[in-house]
Amino acid sequence: MPDSSALVESVDAVLAALNKHDYLCDRGLATSIHLAASLRRPLLLEGEAGVGKTEVAKVLAAVTGGELIRLQCYDGIDAAQALYEWNYTRQLLHLRAAEATGTAQADNTDALEDELFTERFLIRRPLLAAIDHRSEIPPVLLIDEVDRADDEFEAFLLEALSDYSVTIPELGTFHADNPPIVVITSNRTRDVHDALKRRALYHWVDHPNFEREVAIIAAKAPTVPGPLARQVAAAAGEFREMGLYKPPGVAETLDWANALHLLGASELTESNVDDTLGALLKYREDQDRARRTGLDAVIKVALGA
Amino acid sequence: MTVPDPTLPDLDRVVAGFVHCLRRGGLPVPIGQSLRFREALDVLGVGSGIDVYWAGRATLVSRPEEIAMYDAMFLTFFHHNTSGLTIRFDDTVETEAMAADEDEDGGDSDNGEGEDQPVLRWSATDILQDKDFADFTPSELDEAHRAMAKMRLQPARQRSRRREVSRTGDRLDLRRTVRAAMRSGGEPIDVARTRRGERTRRVVLLLDVSGSMEAYARVLIRFAHAAVVGRGRVEAFALGTRLTRMTRQLGSHDVDEAVAEAAEEVVDWSGGTRLGEAIGHFNDEWGVRGMSRGSIVVILSDGWDRGDPAGMAEQMARLKRTAHRVVWVNPLKAGPGYEPTARGMAAALPHIDEFLEGHSLRSLETLADVLA
Repeated sequence: MPDSSALVESVDAVLAALNKHDYLCDRGLATSIHLAASLRRPLLLEGEAGVGKTEVAKVLAAVTGGELIRLQCYDGIDAAQALYEWNYTRQLLHLRAAEATGTAQADNTDALEDELFTERFLIRRPLLAAIDHRSEIPPVLLIDEVDRADDEFEAFLLEALSDYSVTIPELGTFHADNPPIVVITSNRTRDVHDALKRRALYHWVDHPNFEREVAIIAAKAPTVPGPLARQVAAAAGEFREMGLYKPPGVAETLDWANALHLLGASELTESNVDDTLGALLKYREDQDRARRTGLDAVIKVALGA
Repeated sequence: MTVPDPTLPDLDRVVAGFVHCLRRGGLPVPIGQSLRFREALDVLGVGSGIDVYWAGRATLVSRPEEIAMYDAMFLTFFHHNTSGLTIRFDDTVETEAMAADEDEDGGDSDNGEGEDQPVLRWSATDILQDKDFADFTPSELDEAHRAMAKMRLQPARQRSRRREVSRTGDRLDLRRTVRAAMRSGGEPIDVARTRRGERTRRVVLLLDVSGSMEAYARVLIRFAHAAVVGRGRVEAFALGTRLTRMTRQLGSHDVDEAVAEAAEEVVDWSGGTRLGEAIGHFNDEWGVRGMSRGSIVVILSDGWDRGDPAGMAEQMARLKRTAHRVVWVNPLKAGPGYEPTARGMAAALPHIDEFLEGHSLRSLETLADVLA
């Protein structure tokens, strides 16, 4: 049952609500979510790829029952792709139709123009859709990988998020009385602008510790038997200590657990780890290093877990 | 009317005191953040230490490097009970992180460099153009610094996905076409077009600050400052026994202040070199994630590396695979009969697009041209 009040109730209520939706997070992240919901501020999440930043927004949508609106940032994204755009093709067709039926006389072009710039011809992009949501439950707006967009776009985002309102010259101002929950993620390929950081609550998402990772596997890959899940989590922890280029994230751990289980493994052995290493380590150099360091040592630790 | 309870500490004072403590420790906390911290405490209450800790983490900290400092200051301020708040910690797992190192005393670095010498006004900069930085007298250095402050990097361009208006573009600009059509009674006579725009290509400067580079690093950091301030999208790092990002410190417009701040940040200035490892750190922490993608990466170093040459070659290969161009600037290259025999340099050479000198003002101008 969706329950939007949990987020503003208390930190423990947030933890419980997220748990119920199989997202197991630490107290720090739960506190940040609680504060973001209570203070109505965006939540900025940074961390390694694969630690579950995007997942936060998805689970918040599940918890509140609100719609998840996703704005994927990329190089060159601008207001027309994030906020709104006019449906020019339809406008052109409308113009031609008006011309054909003879309504497009010089004396009533003003009226025709007014007609063209109504909501009928408006394409609502994610930001506008989230601010002007018109639903009982505010949506969750996920602004994913904001570091891929450029500075100008960030400034524009900041403006829209600072008072949750958007102005379209032809139509007027849209304002969210019941603002969306905003989750912004960044992979830190560059520093997000300080002004945006000041506006938002900040949380650095870390790899989960052993117990939490075991619980995550149990929740997300329930078919994987418990002992194997513990070994997988312990081995993943060991690999993260190896100084790899891309230490495995939670997503990789889950893939790996599923892969091992599919192959019928009931516990880690040198041969099945070797066969499935590609599900966990995605760089050839990393696989080489892991093999050089010795898979047997990792497995020994894992079997003891 | 309510009388304030004298046994409860004034929350505003606690917030102000803690923020003051963080600022003294070197964490820049803007006023807005401390207000946010106060709001967060209102939401969470101050009964539990762990809540106060996370309230501060979410509002006062905005980058992972700041977490260690925050933890230390939190312990000092709240645990030693200078706050007047009685804080109860009941979550043993979560507090582990806070038991981190508490030392950290930044020794005041003194850069007295004999600034009292009169400036040699008559020494025209062009005499200095080809002189090796290592042979500069302090007054000549001043002159060189001034010349360098005037240097501006021409931004190299790269195609952007952002489109711009163009008469001969390859894609229709429907927005402007419709606008124009309205003026002609609905007939789209003039067709507007767009094409892909251009933008400044990112430049990443990796400056070797080890002992063997000392004479050059002092000058080259000014070049880095000129680059960071003068042009958009420049990142600067110091390579020593570890990797330090200097971009933020160098962003200040006052060059002396910026350089002093950067030098303070770089704790291993004039220390040893682990060049291959430091480049590896750059690849891990920044490069492969996206900073070197499509960028021009410039390494300013003499190539002396005490590490393993194979490791160096591996890291350079990774760098080469992610970067648009790799430029190596070696001040020793200008010396008569120079051969890249330093092991690190030899290992790196196959992965370099451009190998330049960097010992004099003129050579830096060449570098600026290469970057354009």
